Amino acid sequence: MTMRRLINLKRVEARRIYLTYAVVIVAYVICQVMSSTKFLSSSMRGMLVPICAYMVMAVSLNLVVGILGELSLGHAGFMSVGAFSGVAAAVLLQGIIPFAPVRLAVAMIVAAIFAAAAGFIIGIPVLRLKGDYLAIVTLAFGEIIKSILNNFYLGVDSGGLHFSMLADTTRLLPGGKLIIRGPMGISGIQKIATFPAGAILLFISLMIVFNLVNSRSGRAFMAIRDDRIAAESIGLDITKYKMMAFVTSAALAGAAGALFAMNYSTIVANKFDFNTSILILVFVVLGGQGNMLGGIIAAAVLTILPEKLRGFSEYRMLLYAIVLIVMMLATNNAEIKDFISRFNPFRRKEEANS
Amino acid sequence: MKKVLVCSLLVLAMSASAFGAAFKVGGTGPLTGGAAIYGTAAMRGAQIAAEEINAMGGDIQFELRYEDDTHDAEKAVNAYNALKDWGMQVSLGSVTSKPAEATAAENFADRIFALTPSASSAAVTEGKDNVFQMCFVDPNQGSASAQYIGEKGFAKKVAVIWKNDDVYSKGIRDTFVEKAPSFGLEIVSETAFADGNDTDFSVQLTDAKEKGAELVFLPMYYQPASLILAQAQAMGYAPKWFGVDGMDGILTMEGFDKSLAEGVMLLTPFNADAKDERTQNFVKKYQEKYGEIPNQFAADGYDCVYAYYQALTQAKATPDMDAETLCQKMIEQFTTMTFNGVTGENVRWAKNGEVSKDPKGMVIKDGAYVGLD
Repeated sequence: MTMRRLINLKRVEARRIYLTYAVVIVAYVICQVMSSTKFLSSSMRGMLVPICAYMVMAVSLNLVVGILGELSLGHAGFMSVGAFSGVAAAVLLQGIIPFAPVRLAVAMIVAAIFAAAAGFIIGIPVLRLKGDYLAIVTLAFGEIIKSILNNFYLGVDSGGLHFSMLADTTRLLPGGKLIIRGPMGISGIQKIATFPAGAILLFISLMIVFNLVNSRSGRAFMAIRDDRIAAESIGLDITKYKMMAFVTSAALAGAAGALFAMNYSTIVANKFDFNTSILILVFVVLGGQGNMLGGIIAAAVLTILPEKLRGFSEYRMLLYAIVLIVMMLATNNAEIKDFISRFNPFRRKEEANS
Repeated sequence: MKKVLVCSLLVLAMSASAFGAAFKVGGTGPLTGGAAIYGTAAMRGAQIAAEEINAMGGDIQFELRYEDDTHDAEKAVNAYNALKDWGMQVSLGSVTSKPAEATAAENFADRIFALTPSASSAAVTEGKDNVFQMCFVDPNQGSASAQYIGEKGFAKKVAVIWKNDDVYSKGIRDTFVEKAPSFGLEIVSETAFADGNDTDFSVQLTDAKEKGAELVFLPMYYQPASLILAQAQAMGYAPKWFGVDGMDGILTMEGFDKSLAEGVMLLTPFNADAKDERTQNFVKKYQEKYGEIPNQFAADGYDCVYAYYQALTQAKATPDMDAETLCQKMIEQFTTMTFNGVTGENVRWAKNGEVSKDPKGMVIKDGAYVGLD
């Protein structure tokens, strides 16, 4: 069913999708082989999982920014909801599911559900707005999520789950364990996130997003993006479609958050602040809005870049900023784009056809 | 001719470094960003110690490398991995608490011994046999502060202003509030702030003032503390101020009016005014090199390298040993040895990596730290 739909697409679009899948699979195989043969440095190996998480974040935000055409500045908020709920789920399931990969998968699903719920609740007021107003309100909600998680305490004991806000009043029974400790976040996380799991999550995210974009709903998203009034005039339920994109995006971000959190032994809500949201937005903008492969590549490049610049010590972040500016200018320069497209073997045929 | 000279010099330099192989010591810390003052200080302290030891020309030589972690757990793990690629044999962990928790887990998994200068949260060493601390663990600072204030009789009515999204602040505040009553202290006002609303403290200060607090306890880093001091003066509120080791550094903060900190007390293991030779030598060297008085973080960094020097000497370790062998030897040494450094005499370590040493009460007088006792 899916295959037929993809094949029936206009060829350019289908090609782009297959190219994305192919690049992701080839990149995964290369990294996996290099990693298991110890050819990859520890530094690179340590970044594989966070890069996967950021790639999923870029794909999910691209759905909102590139396809739906709404600027969201609070995407890290959904990542944090996913990170905290996912890790909490993994801790609770420790005794029930001893097999780590399955526990990770379940944790990611729980994370996606919680993040989707957060996306839905936030979407109700937010998606009635448009343009700049929507962007600013998402920014505010990102901060609200951060504040809530900074003041949230969750513990478990023989009596079940207990939670409290502001101060730790969970009063756990002896033998109980405080999982989320407000500003101290979660400590002592079992590191069960693996690179293959990250690659699978990325692949699933791409499948979900591509299928959604090329469905009836996806065309509605793009109609809303291109002309809201025209879309409304033909009877599209704007809020419904916006909500669909927003919730899907939040769910994927939540799963990415869980993957990210379980790659480190500790996680705090402050990690998912405004800067992280902007970083993800930078991936999307640099990779090209609506271009999934571009966003994925940008996420990888911009995560690896600061590490590769370590040799410049204090000037590292300055150089990073300069490289970022140059890349932004270059990817937006018509002549450079034209130069790059010369290497695309399909391009000439297309031009001849049109 | 010149070329030949350069070449022969190069060869000499290379053979010298190959011959006098050194232990590769690596650490991560915030060298840029908001917490940079701590990372830079710890790094500089460690560097001075390494230079001193290398200058002595003994068997134990150090090659020290610090990587920037911008006070972020993710970057700290990246920095740690970069150090691992470089060939780090023993580690100085991370300077700040949350990044240190993340790197300590890596240290534990990779069996690379870590001695952190200043990461004070209890979770850093929890459950890890090869991660040790040079500084007090946060809960101990809270109880030590309560004990110190109570026993010296500085005040009865105490206000606490703390940062509720900060591990360090919360760790100290929790035990302080818990222990305060047992030392005859009454906490009359307890207010918090967080990242983003840390510029206006009028609500917290008014609350403390109205409830008649004689002493305000500030378990936080020096940046918000400097604003609190300034705003309290502006509203004419002059209680006694009591800080913890994060307050250290307030005097070297750019644009801070030192007169505001006059009379502020703090509990820190290091006193730059101490008269012993070791401290004076360190302070002098630091001042010559960097033009400022070293704070407690610098002293911790300095002590860490000397503790390694002592442990490696006693264990008869050689630089060709791999990290895992060294790890085992260091665990044996650190759990049994007694160390004398600039941050304390008779410093010992428990099996769980916590340090035991006496805190020193300090007061800021005429723009300098002076011992209280």
